Amino acid sequence: MSTIRIPPVLRETVGGARTVSASGTTVAELLDDLFAQYPALGTRLTEEGHLSPFVNVYLNDRDVRYRDGLETSVAPDDTLILLPAMAGGAR
Amino acid sequence: MTDQMRPFREVSPAEALELASSGYRIIDVREPVEWNAGHIPTATLLPLADLPTRIAELLPDRDAPLLLHCAVGARSLRAGAFLVRSGYSNVASLRGSILDWRRLGGAWEVPEQLLTPGQQRRYSRQLLIPEIGQAGQRKLLDARVLLIGAGGLGSPVALYLAASGIGTIGLVDDDVVDESNLQRQVLHTADRIGMPKTESARLTLAALNPETHVIEHRVRLSAENVESLIGAYDVIVDGTDNFDTRYVLNDAAVRLRKPVVHGSIYRWDGQVTTFVPFEGPCYRCMYPTQPPDELAPACAVAGVLGVLPGIAGLIQANEVFKLILGVGETLAGRLLMFDAMTTEFSEVRVWRDPACPACGEGTIR
Repeated sequence: MSTIRIPPVLRETVGGARTVSASGTTVAELLDDLFAQYPALGTRLTEEGHLSPFVNVYLNDRDVRYRDGLETSVAPDDTLILLPAMAGGAR
Repeated sequence: MTDQMRPFREVSPAEALELASSGYRIIDVREPVEWNAGHIPTATLLPLADLPTRIAELLPDRDAPLLLHCAVGARSLRAGAFLVRSGYSNVASLRGSILDWRRLGGAWEVPEQLLTPGQQRRYSRQLLIPEIGQAGQRKLLDARVLLIGAGGLGSPVALYLAASGIGTIGLVDDDVVDESNLQRQVLHTADRIGMPKTESARLTLAALNPETHVIEHRVRLSAENVESLIGAYDVIVDGTDNFDTRYVLNDAAVRLRKPVVHGSIYRWDGQVTTFVPFEGPCYRCMYPTQPPDELAPACAVAGVLGVLPGIAGLIQANEVFKLILGVGETLAGRLLMFDAMTTEFSEVRVWRDPACPACGEGTIR
């Protein structure tokens, strides 16, 4: 099982957890398992079955866009970070 | 003199010249302000008040021959007594005025005056830092920093930039002070509710440092005004509250090659990074696609811990100082994340995207 860090704006979709676990040998498999466990998270982060482009996915500290994307292979002790942009600041 | 004081003697200016040419190390025990007005080129500055804490570092050899001087011979006498009590074996103190040393032809140099005496006093604690010094302070005093937002993030940034002597601070904000701001927007005060935030900020910063020039831009940043707003500044600090403004700012900053220190906050979490156009990634490299607005709830909707913008804002201010001074490593290429609930910092790497529509290959450099 790999660890997945859930950013604050998405924690309500996983019952408030900061981290959850999922299994898979690639990022895509990991996300499939994750969204099966937490359908509300999947609804927020997917469009027509695909991961929305505004979500950054980091495997450990590396953006998977610069590896093999969703086909990037995952080891059991890896940490996946889902990171949509945050905007809050001034008001 | 007692026997105990024998390792110490006062010398005339003529004797001092001989000692200096025979290898005595010259220690100037005056204050930095006096040093900056002129000093013996080969001397080491070690103010009398700093002797107890700095002798071990600056004068490790207790048997090295030392020649102390000050302005008229009083402080060097006290410094000499202290050194002898501390075990130094060969200490001489220049008797009388340092002017006599100069009249006899002793070496003397007047450094270029980068700071006024008042500035040397006000900023003395950071002038002592090797990476700042007078030249660095001059850079800070000449720097122009624009803050987008005079709210949660802008407050701590503005306070610390002004306190440290950033010469010009521009503030872009079209909002007025609301009672609910005061829990975190520490530029503003309870008696200024209803006042434009830029005006309240100017009053606070003027009281803190009258030397800092504060420019109010009482507008909301837009695609129409962004280039004229940021064009005259060296560093931009982004503390806005919505995605539209962040993308507009990013694209203009890349075009005009302005570094942007980015901060954002949400409840217990903060993110800070620095975008240096064409040297590191830009905001569009990190987030090529603008998220839907429901992922960007403003503090007014989502809530925010009061200290969170303080922490994130001070990390932003630290980035500004490094960019201006040209020292250290900025957060360019790294997104720093802070979780106040667990007091944890973490970071991910951010890469320049060759396909970035703002700064990628094929864009005009």
